[in-house]
Amino acid sequence: MSLLVFTLIFPLLGAITLSLFPRMSYGAARTIGTASVGLAAFTTALVAIFWSAAGGFPFIQTLWQWIDAGDFQVNFSLYLDGLSLTMLGVITGVGFLIHLFAAWYMVHDLEGKPGMARFFAYMNLFIVAMLLLVLGDNLLLLYLGWEGVGLCSYLLIGYYYETPANAWAAFKAFIITRIGDVFLAIGLFLLYVVFGTLNIQAILHAAPSVLAQGGTLANVAALMVLLGACGKSAQLPLQTWLADAMAGPTPVSALIHAATMVTAGVYLIARTYGLFLMAPAVHELVGIIGVVTLVIAGFAALAQTDIKRAIAYSTMSQIGYMFLALGVGAWQAAIFHLMIHAFFKSLLFLTAGSVIIACHHEQNIFKMGGLRKKLPFDYAMFVIGGAALSALPLVTAGFYSKDAIIWEAVANGHGFLWAFALFGALITSIYTFRLIFVVFHGEAKTEAHAGQGLAHHLPLAVLAVLSTFIGAMIALPLDDVLPHDMAEASHWVELFFEILAALVALAGVAIAAVLFLGSRKTVDTVVESHQGQRAWQLFHGGLGFDTLYDRVFVRPFRATARAHEKRDWIETIVNIVPALTRGANTGLAAGQSGRVRAYAMIMFAGAAVLLALLMFG
Amino acid sequence: MNELSMVYGMGLAALLFLLGFIGVVIRRNTLFVLMCLEIMINAAGLAFIVAGARWSSPDGNTMFILIIAVAAAEAAIGLGLLLQLQKRFRTIDIDAASEMHG
Amino acid sequence: MEFTFFAAGIVALATTARVITCANPVHALLYLITSMLALAIDFYALGAAFAAVLEVVVYAGAIMVLFVFVVMMLNLNNETVAREKSWLRPQLWAGPAAAAGLLLLALLWALIFGGIEYGGITGEELAAREVGMNLFGPYVLVVELAAFLLLAALVVAAHIGRDDTDQVSDAAARGERVTTNVRESR
Repeated sequence: MSLLVFTLIFPLLGAITLSLFPRMSYGAARTIGTASVGLAAFTTALVAIFWSAAGGFPFIQTLWQWIDAGDFQVNFSLYLDGLSLTMLGVITGVGFLIHLFAAWYMVHDLEGKPGMARFFAYMNLFIVAMLLLVLGDNLLLLYLGWEGVGLCSYLLIGYYYETPANAWAAFKAFIITRIGDVFLAIGLFLLYVVFGTLNIQAILHAAPSVLAQGGTLANVAALMVLLGACGKSAQLPLQTWLADAMAGPTPVSALIHAATMVTAGVYLIARTYGLFLMAPAVHELVGIIGVVTLVIAGFAALAQTDIKRAIAYSTMSQIGYMFLALGVGAWQAAIFHLMIHAFFKSLLFLTAGSVIIACHHEQNIFKMGGLRKKLPFDYAMFVIGGAALSALPLVTAGFYSKDAIIWEAVANGHGFLWAFALFGALITSIYTFRLIFVVFHGEAKTEAHAGQGLAHHLPLAVLAVLSTFIGAMIALPLDDVLPHDMAEASHWVELFFEILAALVALAGVAIAAVLFLGSRKTVDTVVESHQGQRAWQLFHGGLGFDTLYDRVFVRPFRATARAHEKRDWIETIVNIVPALTRGANTGLAAGQSGRVRAYAMIMFAGAAVLLALLMFG
Repeated sequence: MNELSMVYGMGLAALLFLLGFIGVVIRRNTLFVLMCLEIMINAAGLAFIVAGARWSSPDGNTMFILIIAVAAAEAAIGLGLLLQLQKRFRTIDIDAASEMHG
Repeated sequence: MEFTFFAAGIVALATTARVITCANPVHALLYLITSMLALAIDFYALGAAFAAVLEVVVYAGAIMVLFVFVVMMLNLNNETVAREKSWLRPQLWAGPAAAAGLLLLALLWALIFGGIEYGGITGEELAAREVGMNLFGPYVLVVELAAFLLLAALVVAAHIGRDDTDQVSDAAARGERVTTNVRESR
C-alpha cells in the first residue's frame, strides 16, 4: 500500500532524468519516458490488488507536512479510495499505452533533432502532476497538480513552438484555463474561510452541518468550483481553447486533451460532490452546462475539416455528457463514462495520429479518402473507436456508459435535458461516421503507408479491446465513495429508453451513410447555398464563441487600454518615480564634472557640514 | 617651566591645513596642487606632534613617522601622474584631465 | 620656548601663504622648504626633536628633492610663469577662502569651546628611543602596514612612470585624442 507514492516517483524520476540529459539519444529518451510510466502503471496494479485485498478502505499516505503557518496546516498526503484508484488506473494505464504509441509516433518528428528528450520529459511531468491532482487528500495539493497539468498542457501544445500559430494556441489554452483556475482559487479561499481546512474529506464531512442547504455561501463556493472545472474541462463558457489545443503532437492530444486532463473537471466535481448536494441550483447548472456544451460541440464537430479538430469537438461533447451525468446526480455513471471515454477517445486520437503519419502529416479529411484498403488496421481501429463514441448497441463500451447517462437523465426527472442528450447522441453518430466515411471510403486521394511495429499496433489493439463491451465489464469500486445512482423505474421502462437511445445512434449512422457515402451531392448542394455557407462557417468556427469573446472582452479591453495609454492619471503618478530618478541623475551627473578640484571642494564642504553638525547639533 | 597652551599649536595646524586646502582648490597647476597636498599632510603631522607633546606620549611622534611614509607614497605616485599628464596632454593643467565627467 | 614656537609658526604661515600664491614653481618650492624648516623648529620647540630631524631629513630633504627633479623635467620658463599668473585670478579666491574661513571658525570654536580641558605643553624632550620602542612594540603591525603601503606606492609609481611614448604616438597617429593643447594654445 505504501507503494502508492512510487506511482508518483517513477514518472518524476523519468522527468528529472530526461531534463538533466537533454542531448540523450532518441532511443534512450523513448525507453526512459515509456518505462517510467510503465513502472507507474505496474505499481498501480499492485496497489489496486493490495488495496482491494485489504478491504478497500480509504488509505492515506502522509509524506510530510507541506505548510504549517499558524492555523493553516497542509499535509503533503496522498488519499486513495475507489475514485482516485479509478483515475489512477486510467492515467497510468492509458498513459502508458499512449507513451508507447508516442515512442513510435514521435520518431517521425524527432529523430535526429535537438530536444528529443524534452517531449518525454514534459509527458512524464504531466503524469506526475495529474497523479498529484487525483491523489491529493486536500484541495491545495489538488490545486498544485491542477496547475501542474495546466503548465504541461501549455508546454506540450506549444511543443512545435517554431510555428507562431502553435505558440498562440498554447497561450490561448493557458490563459483561458487560467481564468477557470482563478475561480477555483477563489473557491478554495472561500472553502478555507468557511471550513477552516482544505482537507477534502473533512470538508465533505462538515458540509451538511456548516453550510445551509441552498444558501448563498454554498451556492457561491460550488459555482467557483464549477467554473474552475469548466475551464479545465473545456465546457461552456470556457470551451474555446480545446480545438486550438490540437496544435500539439497527436499523442499529447490523446493523453492530455482527451483521456486525462480535460476530465479533471469531472473528477473535481465528483470529488466535491457533497458541496454540490448543498447547492441544488448550481448542481442543476452543471447539467445544463453539460447539455448545452454537448449540443454546441456536436454541431461544431459536424463542420470540421481537420480530423483532430473534429475529434477535439467530440471530446468536448463527451465531457458535456459527463457533466450532464454529474448534474443529474448520476455520479458513478459520470466516472464510468470518463473511463470508457478515455479508452475510445485515445484510441480515436492515436488512430488519427497513425493516419496522419501514413498520409505524411495531412490532417484535412477531404484530402484523404479511400484509405480503407491501404490502412485496413487503422480502419478497423477507427471503426471500433467510432462505434464506441456513437454508442452503437450491445457490442461497444460507449453504449453501456453513455446510454446509462441518458437513462439516468430521464429517470431522475430531467426530461428536458434528456431530450437534448438524445439529440446530441444523434449528432454524435452523424459526425463520427461522417469522419469514417470521408476518410476511409470513397475514392483514394493520397498515398498512404501503413504504420509498422509493436509500439504502433499494441496500444491501438489494447485500447480497441477496452472500447468494446469488454471494457464495459470493468466494475469500478465507487460505491463507498459516491452516492448510488438513484434511478428507480421498472425494468421495462429502462429497456424502452435504452432501445430508443440505441435506435437514435443507429439512425445517426444511417443519416451519415446517406449523406457522406457515395456522391455527397445533397451535402454539397446544401453547403454551397447561401444559408448553408453561413451555417457552415458558423459551425466551423465553433458557433462563434471566439468572435463573441473577442467582441465582448478583448476589444473593449484593448480600446480602454489604448484610450488611457497617453492620458492616464495613474501613469502620471507612476511617472513621478522615473522623473525623480532622471532629475537626480541629471543633478548628480552635473556634479560629476571630472575636475579634481571641484571634488576636493565638495569633500571639504561635506567635512565642514559634518563638523558643524557635531559641534552645534 | 613655562607652559604653552595646546590651543596655539592646534590653531597653527588648522591654519596651515586650511591654507593648503585653499591652495589645492585655487591652483590649476598640478605641481602646485601636489605641493599644497604636502602642506596639508604636514599640518596633520603637526597636530599629532602637538597632541603628543601635550600628553607627553610617544604616540604622536609614532603617527608622524607613519604620516611621513604616507606623504612619501603620495608624492611618488602624484609626481608620476604629473609626468604622465605632461606626456599625454602636453600640459600640467589638472582640469585638462576631466574626461571622466558625468 | 614660547618665543621660538610663535616666531617659527609665523614664518611657517607666511611662507605657506607664499607657496599658494607664488607664480614661479621654483620659488614656491623654496618657500615650501622654508615652511618645512620652520615647522621643524616648531617640532623642536615642542620637544619632539626626533620628529624635527625627520622633517628636515626626509621631508625637506628627500621628498622635496623629488619635486625639484620634476620641476627640472617640466622645462619651466617665463611663459609658464605668465600662464600661472593668468590662472591665479582674484575672483577664484573668494569661494574657497570664505569656506576655509568658515571651517577655521568651526575648528577654533571646537578648540576653545569644545568643552575639553586643555592643559599646557611643557616642551619636555621626548627621546627617540621611546619612539622606537613604541613603533616596534604596540605599533609593530602599523609599521608592517606602512611597509606594504610603500611597496604598493613603489609598484604604482613604477607602473605609472613607465615610458610608453611609442603607444602614445601610435594612438596619436590613429587620430585618437591623447593630447589636448586647448589650454596651452590660448
